[in-house]
Amino acid sequence: MRAAVIQFPGSNCDRDMSVALNAAGADVTMVWHKNTDLPDGLDFVAIPGGFSFGDYLRVGAIAARSPICQSVVAFANRGGYVFGVCNGFQVLTETGLLPGALLRNAGLKYICKHVELNVETTQSAYTSAYKTDQSITIPIAHHDGNYNLDDADAQALFDQDRVAFTYADNPNGSVRSIAGVLSENRRVLGMMPHPERLADPAQGGTDGQPFFAGLINQIAKV
Amino acid sequence: MKARVYVMLKTGVLDPQGEAVRHALGALGFDGVQGVRQGKVIELDLAATDKSAAEVEVKEMCEKLLANTVIESYQIELS
Repeated sequence: MRAAVIQFPGSNCDRDMSVALNAAGADVTMVWHKNTDLPDGLDFVAIPGGFSFGDYLRVGAIAARSPICQSVVAFANRGGYVFGVCNGFQVLTETGLLPGALLRNAGLKYICKHVELNVETTQSAYTSAYKTDQSITIPIAHHDGNYNLDDADAQALFDQDRVAFTYADNPNGSVRSIAGVLSENRRVLGMMPHPERLADPAQGGTDGQPFFAGLINQIAKV
Repeated sequence: MKARVYVMLKTGVLDPQGEAVRHALGALGFDGVQGVRQGKVIELDLAATDKSAAEVEVKEMCEKLLANTVIESYQIELS
């Protein structure tokens, strides 16, 4: 499986993402934001966490208009797998690949802690190695993770089985406790929690490991 | 020509920062503040001299970058 991790000025989870993908068996290339093209023969693109462009204007806004993101959008529209975590999720909503927007946490505080997530669906490459309604522990670290979508659209996401994860105890005010959202074709996923930060025993837990193992396993079958 | 763009969260989108400001004003004794909404102002210095052309261009800037129309509304002032 050939994966790319996009690097923006201010990305700070890019190497963690690369290590987690590598450990699961992916061949990873780092791609700088000024590049206009993704590497050939790519199966998967990850947009990592961090503070791209210092969160200027709006979180993820500038990154979403960078040259490489035009290619990422085209790649997703061709049916490519794209995963955005934390700031990457914010970038994906800004590109329009995923619905909604991420606002300042309801409690106004930056939150950095382990949270319990509920796996809402196993019908995606990303969640294929978990069980439905499985409870997993994954770290969050964000100031702007309050997922905003109107009630009808949020309900539609549940109806279409596009909510990948919900928070067991909503930390940030997200509508319907949504923590991760899939695109219509189920190949683009955005989530605020960081599975790459709990994917090795040395990180203190491995609940994120099945995320990458399942993903790589499913992409190999496509 | 100068353009001033006002970007605000849409009505109905919760503004936690505005709420925090409202609470702080209450703590200072300003009891009559029933709501606070916080937004931003973006000033643009444009080469354009034609007002209607500038308006079209700034509107496009708002749609493409300056505002996220999923959650924000914008107003343009030209002078």
